[in-house]
Amino acid sequence: MNNVHNKKRANKSLPFFFKDEFKVFFVIIFFSTILLISTFTFDKVPPILNRGIQPATFPKGLLVLIMFLTTIIYYLSFKNPWKKEKKLPKPFFLTILSFILFVIISKTLDFFLAISVLSIFVSYNWGEKRVFYLLLVGIIFPLVVFIFFEMILGLRFPPGIITNLYYY
Amino acid sequence: MMAPLFSSKLLIVLLFGTLFGLILGVLPGLGPTTGGALILPFTMTLDPLSAIVLLTSIYCAGTYGGAITAVLINTPGTPAAAATCLDGYPLAQKGEAGRALGMATVSSTVGGIFSVIVLVFFAPVLAKLAYEFGQPEYFALAIFGLTMLASIGEGSPIKNLIAGAFGILISTIGKDFMTSIDRFTYGINELSVGIGFIPVVVGLFAISEMLTQSTLLDQVFKRVALKAVKLPSLDDYKKTWKTILRSSGIGSFIGVLPAEGGTVASLIGYSEAKRFSKEPEEFGKGSIEGIAGAEAANNAATGGAMVPTLALGIPGSATTAVILTGLIIHGVRPGPDLFREQPDFLYGIFGAMLIANVLFFIFGFFGAKLFARITLVPNKILWPMIFAVSVCGTYSLSQSIIDVWIMLFFGVLGFFMRRFGFSVVPVIIGLILGELVEGTLRQSLVIFDGNWLMFLTRPIALTFFILSFIALAFPLLRSKKQKK
Repeated sequence: MNNVHNKKRANKSLPFFFKDEFKVFFVIIFFSTILLISTFTFDKVPPILNRGIQPATFPKGLLVLIMFLTTIIYYLSFKNPWKKEKKLPKPFFLTILSFILFVIISKTLDFFLAISVLSIFVSYNWGEKRVFYLLLVGIIFPLVVFIFFEMILGLRFPPGIITNLYYY
Repeated sequence: MMAPLFSSKLLIVLLFGTLFGLILGVLPGLGPTTGGALILPFTMTLDPLSAIVLLTSIYCAGTYGGAITAVLINTPGTPAAAATCLDGYPLAQKGEAGRALGMATVSSTVGGIFSVIVLVFFAPVLAKLAYEFGQPEYFALAIFGLTMLASIGEGSPIKNLIAGAFGILISTIGKDFMTSIDRFTYGINELSVGIGFIPVVVGLFAISEMLTQSTLLDQVFKRVALKAVKLPSLDDYKKTWKTILRSSGIGSFIGVLPAEGGTVASLIGYSEAKRFSKEPEEFGKGSIEGIAGAEAANNAATGGAMVPTLALGIPGSATTAVILTGLIIHGVRPGPDLFREQPDFLYGIFGAMLIANVLFFIFGFFGAKLFARITLVPNKILWPMIFAVSVCGTYSLSQSIIDVWIMLFFGVLGFFMRRFGFSVVPVIIGLILGELVEGTLRQSLVIFDGNWLMFLTRPIALTFFILSFIALAFPLLRSKKQKK
């Protein structure tokens, strides 16, 4: 009970822009506003062809609804503050970093290589130090998946430095 | 009814689907929704009936599989098994894990079979009613579905509404289907065809769960030993048969409503079991009625959720949204015409669900100990493998690398949504209902010559709007009552 009390007090002492409630409110409103502005750039159907509503009207309505509901949850959070979430640990950020690496490698070098690098990177950072298991998740398993998709589903993976060796 | 199922190919598909579903259900973080989405690309090599049989058997077995981990390691394999932990684990700690799993297996099977019977009788009736529906009625029905999701879904109703609206918004990306005008494409050609369902589902469920697991690496499960699953004793049956039947009814009803299916059903089934029990003080300490109430309800929701999916094309849960996508990908259009034109196909699905319930009873009874061992696979090995399958599966449907990036984007988004109390299920339902909502609204306005008030002149549409209003008001009234 004491802990809960302390947590609540700690939460209240934070400036409003550090609180989760405000961060969520700000992010949703910010992106909704940008999207709402972009709906004004959509092409319009000439009146003679227009039946019903313009293509931009429906998304506009949805965005206004989302902004309205977000304002309500932010207002309600004054009465009932959200529970404070734990800080995110290092493996989380390393996993996000592995996603970024995946995007870069799959775009520039090779799709299969990107899967291998991510698998080994994630497995290692999550605590796996044994070489056999790293090779299992990083090379053997992706290879099995690759061959399975290639042979059974007839899938052609995007070209790259390793996949080209297989295809040509 | 079951004639189409007497082919060796379909029986193999059923066996594989049930086993795969059980494995998915047992593994915390995975489940029938993620598993269904991951296996969807593989179904392209199958005929439509085999594909849907595979998905439905995964759905039935996956829902039950969650109970095994709920009882043995106090972690629900699927969200629908959360209520099972409350009494399953305490009973297992008393050295009665076999009895707890036996009751979970029997009540899940009874609930599942009960719901298939509901599906067989109720879906055709609903499909016949749907002949009366025009565009305005379908619009009102879709709105009702979304408001129900907000009302009885997990978590904050307003957050559920925001997530549902966001799902619909995603469906507007790409070329407008009525005028071919680009919306939210920003000059990216790949976006003009819209955002696919699979990248979003795999991202929101599998990838966001991978991120969640990265925050739980120091978590240690306390495992309870299991000798063998025991069939419930006569005393247990006497104590629970009413609870099982009641929860089966509750689960089937909740399943029919477009919401979070099994999760909500099991919570209501559990609380009703407690309310009617002669020993409510035993709940939370290892009550056999608690296990029966939760498990019968969550499996009963499977058949219930298939009712609107097949009869109206409106999913009753996240997993049925995946099944609906499977139907569409295989060129099967759910709705009343399906019942008239392809009864064999439907009876094949009904029969498959019935058999899947029997199969998971057998597998669960004899193999629970083995399935429980799957949880011993460490996350540091398991999740990189799931990532590889997710990436290849997502890429395979359109052979587009953009889809893989969309999957990663929704994975990160899903993680933060869950972190801040937004359920990802409404996004999925909103995405799948989005085109229906917008299309029927715009076509209705064409019919009504732009007069919005004309919706109120259609009795069925008006009924759905009133029900939507009640659904929205219900959480407010409930919270006021709770405060009093």
